[in-house]
Amino acid sequence: MSLYAYRRSANSIATTLCWAAAIFGLAWLFLILLALVYEGVRGLSPAVFAEMTPPPGSAGGLLNAIAGSLVMTVIGVAIGTPLGMLAGTYMAEYGRYSKLTTVVRFINDILLSAPSIVVGLFVYTILVHPMGHFSAISGAVALALLVVPVVVRTTEDMLLLVPGSIREAASALGAPRSHVVGKVAYRAAKAGLITGVLLAVARVSGETAPLLFTALNNQFWSTDLAAPMASLPVVIFQFALSPYKDWQQLAWTGALLITIAVLALSIAARTLSAGRRKSK
Amino acid sequence: MNAAVQTPKAPPTKVSVRSLDFYYGADRSLKNISLPLHANKVTAFIGPSGCGKSTLLRVLNRMYDLYPGQRAEGEVLLDGENILDPAIDLNALRARVGMIFQKPTPFPMSIYENIAFGIRLYEKLPRADLDQRVEAALRGAALWDEVKDKLQASGLGLSGGQQQRLCIARSVAVQPEVILFDEPCSALDPISTAKVEELIDELTNRYTIAIVTHNMQQAVRVSDYTAFMYLGELVEFGETDDVFNKPKEKRTLDYITGRFG
Repeated sequence: MSLYAYRRSANSIATTLCWAAAIFGLAWLFLILLALVYEGVRGLSPAVFAEMTPPPGSAGGLLNAIAGSLVMTVIGVAIGTPLGMLAGTYMAEYGRYSKLTTVVRFINDILLSAPSIVVGLFVYTILVHPMGHFSAISGAVALALLVVPVVVRTTEDMLLLVPGSIREAASALGAPRSHVVGKVAYRAAKAGLITGVLLAVARVSGETAPLLFTALNNQFWSTDLAAPMASLPVVIFQFALSPYKDWQQLAWTGALLITIAVLALSIAARTLSAGRRKSK
Repeated sequence: MNAAVQTPKAPPTKVSVRSLDFYYGADRSLKNISLPLHANKVTAFIGPSGCGKSTLLRVLNRMYDLYPGQRAEGEVLLDGENILDPAIDLNALRARVGMIFQKPTPFPMSIYENIAFGIRLYEKLPRADLDQRVEAALRGAALWDEVKDKLQASGLGLSGGQQQRLCIARSVAVQPEVILFDEPCSALDPISTAKVEELIDELTNRYTIAIVTHNMQQAVRVSDYTAFMYLGELVEFGETDDVFNKPKEKRTLDYITGRFG
């Protein structure tokens, strides 16, 4: 067999394997989505968005869980985003060559892949235990701790992608560092920075473990941040494991809602970064 | 300039480089450089890649200061004041010494904002005055007619040559005294290059200019003085006509005739 023929066949074998692997992976994903839509859509009704989580055996909705998820996610992101952005900005702009940056990046990477249940236990120890009871605010703090590493990472990465020549050009005009970063580098990285925050929201909106140890759950409507609060993931966790048909149905529907929300966020993030590429 | 003027009365010196050494870490990449930049004249720096000409340019506005491990020793006097003095205000220095880079560096904002960015750093102007300054800067860079109907469009949408003139306009808008050009045409086509060269010619009325170039014809066309550098040393400095027509050093002759080996 000639070398050329050998290369051709090696190439087609490799291509086939790649296709097979891709299809294998996608098939499971597709099946999961299919099951989710099939089971979840059946339970979709106005009541889901209008009524509270029911006691076993009676009808109800997910309103308190949806609201709780929104509240805790918003607070968590509001705490975590500025912290993460500032840290990422330091690492990419001010301390790019410092030892501290290397250390922080290493620790941040560990935090990024840390099991979220560890974060839940940590917040339980520092907040829930001293307060003496579960609370929405400690749930939000747990989520914030998960937001921080994601935002640190994307902020640093996106700022590092901004060409140094633009920073030099701004410095060459006599712009102080704060202007170079705030008015030029941030602007150049804007779409990427927003994408990072959206991805962080997507990441935490499905988290269950950290909330189990912090916000716990609440069967009723509550806006008290010092009291336990319901959230979609925890309700899904509780209801899916229950023997009651009504609860199981609500769990499927809740899972569908989270998936749709995360999907929408991811698509928004994608669209933003695609728009960024076009404008370059 | 002709040969009859052998000892012209030297024009006033704007920048005076004295015994300058430059280090990248332990690497000494400029060796005892001394030369003047004459006021309202164009000085070209030529030499093979790695000879230190861009490095020298980046000393003149302390651009190297952005990076750790780089340092300069010696003196660089701008109107008699040593800009290597650690106490000097870098932003104020860079407002006086502008820089144009090899690749155009428009900011990711509108054409108008690109120019206004620099002006706003130093002056708080009412809108009408700002509009005027932006227009004057764009006219000064021979770009106004091409962009006047799309000032709010992104600066990134301009062609390479237009982007480079936008950068020149942006630099001129902050009213510097010296402008440094670091191979400003190496990414441009011949027509854009001609436009930028014409522009440099006009700018000498108001600014002192230093330009690094790999293109010797360009050095001949735009400059009054030429410095030939090699391996971090200044081999020859003089009026451009002299350097190109009767170089004193053999190395200069070899380089400008393309016989460098």
